This record gives sequence, structure tokens and C-alpha cells, in this order.
Amino acid sequence: MTGTAAPIIDIRDLTVTFIGGRKPVHAVNGVTLAIQPAEVLALLGESGSGKSVTLRSLLGLHPPGRTSIGGSIQVAGKDVMALSGRALADFRGKTVSMIFQEPLLALDPVYTVGAQIAETIQRHEAVSRVKARARALALLQKVRIPSPERRLDAFPHEMSGGMRQRAMIALALACNPQILLADEPTTALDATVQIQILLLLRELQRELGLTVILVTHDIGVAVEVADRVAVMYAGRIVETGPVREIIRNPRHPYTQGLLASRAHGAMTGSRLDAIPGSPPDLADLPPGCSFAPRCKHAKATCVETAPEIRSVTADHWMRCMLDAEAAE
Amino acid sequence: MLFYALKRLIYVLPVAFGVSVVCFLLVHITPGDPLTAVLPVDASAELQAQMRAIYGFDKPLPVQYVIWLGKVLTGDLGTSIATGRAVLTEVSRAVGNTLILSAVATIIGFFLGCLFGFVAGYYRDSAMDRLASTLSVLGVSVPHYWLGMVMVIIFSVQLNWLPATGAGPGGSAEWAWDWDHIRHLILPAVTMSVIPMGVIARTVRALVAEILSQDFILALAAKGLTDRGIFIHVVKNAAPTALAVMGLQLGYLLGGSILIETVFSWPGTGFLLNAAIFQRDLPLLQGTILVLAMFFVLLNLLVDVMQTALDPRIQRG
Ligand SMILES: Nc1ncnc2c1ncn2[C@@H]1O[C@H](COP(=O)(O)OP(=O)(O)OP(=O)(O)O)[C@@H](O)[C@H]1O
Ligand SMILES: [Mg+2]
Repeated sequence: MTGTAAPIIDIRDLTVTFIGGRKPVHAVNGVTLAIQPAEVLALLGESGSGKSVTLRSLLGLHPPGRTSIGGSIQVAGKDVMALSGRALADFRGKTVSMIFQEPLLALDPVYTVGAQIAETIQRHEAVSRVKARARALALLQKVRIPSPERRLDAFPHEMSGGMRQRAMIALALACNPQILLADEPTTALDATVQIQILLLLRELQRELGLTVILVTHDIGVAVEVADRVAVMYAGRIVETGPVREIIRNPRHPYTQGLLASRAHGAMTGSRLDAIPGSPPDLADLPPGCSFAPRCKHAKATCVETAPEIRSVTADHWMRCMLDAEAAE
Repeated sequence: MLFYALKRLIYVLPVAFGVSVVCFLLVHITPGDPLTAVLPVDASAELQAQMRAIYGFDKPLPVQYVIWLGKVLTGDLGTSIATGRAVLTEVSRAVGNTLILSAVATIIGFFLGCLFGFVAGYYRDSAMDRLASTLSVLGVSVPHYWLGMVMVIIFSVQLNWLPATGAGPGGSAEWAWDWDHIRHLILPAVTMSVIPMGVIARTVRALVAEILSQDFILALAAKGLTDRGIFIHVVKNAAPTALAVMGLQLGYLLGGSILIETVFSWPGTGFLLNAAIFQRDLPLLQGTILVLAMFFVLLNLLVDVMQTALDPRIQRG
């Protein structure tokens, strides 16, 4: 949150509850997040902490009947929750687009890659088939897919994992969006391919001035590409700040646990599962701090009341009532 | 693609050979001599031997088979014992009639089945889904001859809207696309369409539900497609399997329409088989079965090639 520029993404007190099942599932419980234009934010957290649900909220992608959403989301001056039908469809892919963890599953298996990119372009812009195809080719060249002319007519299953993710990125950039949401874009790939895709993402982000939210399990990835980190736990952001600051001076016990687990584990690709215990049941959240049951510093007050936001420095804040600095 | 089709065609040859052997042996496996149906009960041994020589039944089986196959390949399926007409003439007319009935029934069943299947798959666990699912379960479980008789009672006997039997005015067995004939087609075709309708509805419901649960549907919404745009993707993903099931249903109806054809006296292959069995008309039976079996083999080939052409994920190796 540097300077005074207006944030391009402004999420305030977002709550998402899935009400279809036997018990309501509180997947997101008050996320507040502001992102500046051209900023890269890494969203970090264990499996089930609500990262994907938060991203999908930015595109209004939740099934309407089975979800109740609270708070507000402003993206590029638009109130996302007020959008619906045609206006929402126009917004998706044009202002904000998204890439997924497993490109093989996220691409339609019976359409060629070229057709899927061209379809996106023609959906948002009045251009001819031929022109859309030419732009699809240019996009494949931009993401540096080998022999792009041939790949235009290839089906997703005919490409390698890395190539598919490049194609997915090309598709996401087809209509020059301002914001790119990347949901674990490298988790399903080999280590060497992961690095190539991350480098490509960073390069494209700089060139196009993209605002990026990158969801990851891997702190190494966050350090590599992000300006800022937000750590999520049980549907809340528990700590956020510039990457370097978070690495050097983590203040929330959960963040500290994550960093410690990385130090013990392998250098890259380590999963964030080295903290003892497991996340709370989202259908039955504790009244106080949701990390308290696993926190070795927890006190009685932690269990009773939910912690408020506390500033550490101007752009570094956390949700913990203890002074964790002294603790470790 | 053409290469693949040719290759598949070559694979069909051994199957066709097997089918022809079975059909040939049919005559020899059935109890009693094929001649007993033609000869008088008290025919002398001499006469029997003479007739046997005339029909070639005295030669060894493989020789008989080769002679028979040679005739079959030139289109000579023998002569019907009951009517004295060429089996080929009888069978081809019956095949034509069955084809018309089955094809119309399959098309009706396909459209209704897709309609119910898509509605049920899209609105799963809603009242519409339960209605569509109930209809499709009824479609596959109601006895079709019973349904046929109910249709006849309602629409022919009670309301007197449509004729109950035959394929044309005056019991004619020759088909023509005019109202006088189409009137005769409606009841049997609608009755028969209930079978593919049920099967296709259930298949399409499962397909649509499975497709809608996949990640790429979310990705399509995320790139800005409207519900209608996504629907087109769902249809394209469901098409290969739905069409394959339709093809197999057509094959099933072609071979399995004996009850419905009998109820409606529809002059097709089922009706002909029925007549051949009861009259012990072995050449007719043999010819009809051979033609039906070959039909099924070719249909399988067609379905396979079509599915490969439509679904890029299937290897064309
Ligand atoms: N459509 C839905 N209906 C019901 N529950 C859902 C739905 N989508 C997500 N959830 C639940 O919301 C919680 C948060 O899920 P989410 O996918 O955001 O986790 P995540 O942080 O992305 O985890 P991962 O790292 O495994 O991707 C999970 O408990 C999940 O089961
Ligand atoms: Mg996720």
C-alpha cells in the first residue's frame, strides 16, 4: 500500500459462504485487500484456506444459488457484485482473466487451442475469424510456444504440460486484460518447466504492466515473482507486506511457521504442511483467532476474541494480538 | 481419416467371415434335415437321396460352404420355401421397411432423449430432472409390445385416428413417402422410439452432468462466455458419445424389432423372421439372419469411424 494511487483491486471485508450442503461452509471470512496497478501479489496459504474462492469472487464465478457473498469488491472502478448477466460476461476475460492450476483440465478437450483463443477474441471484440486467428498466432508467438503455426490447430491433449500452460496464458492475455489471476499456475508442472513459466509470467507482467494475483503454496515462487505477499488462513488474510519484509520479519505465528517449514524442507516446491495440527472445520469455526488451536503462543484471550488488524509498518499488517516479535 | 476408415474396414473382414460361417451352419445345426420341411413325410429313401444330391447336401460341409458363399456373394440367397420367391427379394423389401421404421423411431428417440437428457443434466435434482428421469426410466422398462397394444387401443380403436396394422393401404408391403403410408408408420415408430429415447436421455443426462462438473466449464465462464456460448461447448463435448449411442440404438432396433413389428404387422425383417421360423422356411431364415448380422457389423464400423472423426481425443492409430 505504497503512495496514494487508487488501488485497481479493492476488496473490503469479503465473506463467501457455501450454503448448498448440510452445514454452511464459511470459505472466506472477511478478506480485505487493496492492490495497486501493476503490482504482483502472492497469495499464500495451506490447502483449503480460501485462496481459490477469493480469486473466483473477483470474477463473480460462484454458483449464485448456493453461495452467499458479503462485503464489497471494486475492480478497475467496477463494482463486481453489482454486475450480472451480459455485463459480468463482458467483464470476465476482458478486464480480468484467469489461468488455472491444471491447463489440461481448464482447456476444452474437443476444441483446438487456436479455436479457443480466437473464440475469446471474437467474444469480446468485433473482429473477423481470419483476424482472430492471426491474433491467436501472434499470442502463441508471444508466449514462445515452439512452432506456433502448428500448435494453432493442435488439441490440448497433443501438447506437453508446459506448452499447455503457455497456451493458457496466451488465452488469458487474448483481450489485453489489466488484471491476471493465476491460481497455482505451476503446481502441476515439472520443476524446470515451473521456472520457465514463472519467468514468462514475470516478463509479460513487466511488459504489459499487468496487475497479478498469484496463488501459490510455494514461498520460493512468491519470492521469485511477487512484490507483496498476503498469507491466508481459514478464509482470512492473517498477514501482508512486501516480500522482503515478510521474509525478514514475519510477525504472525502462522507466517513464522510457514517460513520455518520451508527452511526445514527442500529449497523449492515444499508444501506448506509442516505446521502441526490441521486447519479448522470451515463449517464450524472457533469464535476467536482461528489459528489459536495450533498456535504455540496462544493465550486465553486468543480463543475468546478474534484479533483485529495491527499495523507493523506502513505497508505491513497482521491479525494477531500477541507481540510475536519477541516470541521467535 | 480415410486411411483409418479403410483399416477398420479390413478388420471387419474376419468378423464377416465368422458371421457367414455361423449363418451357414445354422441350417445344419437345427434338428432335422433341411429337406424334411419340403418333402412329404412318407418320401422314400431314394427320393430323399435324390433331393439331397440336387440341393448339394451330400457333399462335405466345407465344400457346401464354399458353394453357398459363392452364391451369397453374387446375391443369390436361395429361394423361400414358403413363397417360392427369391430370398433376396423378400429380405431386401423387409430390410427397407425395417430401416424406415427403425430410423424414424431412432430420430424421434434421439431428439426427445437429448431434450430430456439436457434438461435433466442442466437442472440436476430439480423437479424437471425427476420428470425427465422418470420418463426415461419408463421408456426403457415398459414392455414395448404392451405399450404398442395400448397405443393401438387408444389411437386406433377408441379414437380411430390412425391405422393399427400394416405399412400402407390394403396391407401393402411396399413403402412410399405419402400420407397414406406415413399414417401407418406413426404408431409403430412412436412406440419404438420410447426405447432409444430412454437410453439416450439417460446417457445424455450423465454426460452433461459430467461435462458441467469439469474445470474447463469454469474456465469458459472466466473468459467471458455467456451461458449460451458455454452450452455450445457442452453440446460439442457430448456429441461424440451421444451420436455413438444413437448409432448403436439404431442397430439394436434393426435387429430387435420383432415384437413391435409383430404387434403392428409391420412388414419388416422382424415380421419376416417370425414368419420364417413358424413356417420352418430355412433358406429365408438363413438369408434374413445373414443380412441382419452383416448390417450390425457395418453399423458398428460406421459408429466407430464417426466417433473417431468427431472426437479428437480418440487415437487414429
Ligand atoms: N463450490 C463450492 N461449494 C462448497 N464448498 C466449496 C466450494 N468451493 C470451495 N469450497 C470449499 O471452500 C474451502 C476453500 O477452498 P479453496 O478452493 O479456496 O481452497 P484453496 O486455498 O484454493 O486450496 P488449494 O490450495 O487446495 O487450492 C474448501 O474447504 C472447499 O472445500
Ligand atoms: Mg485452490
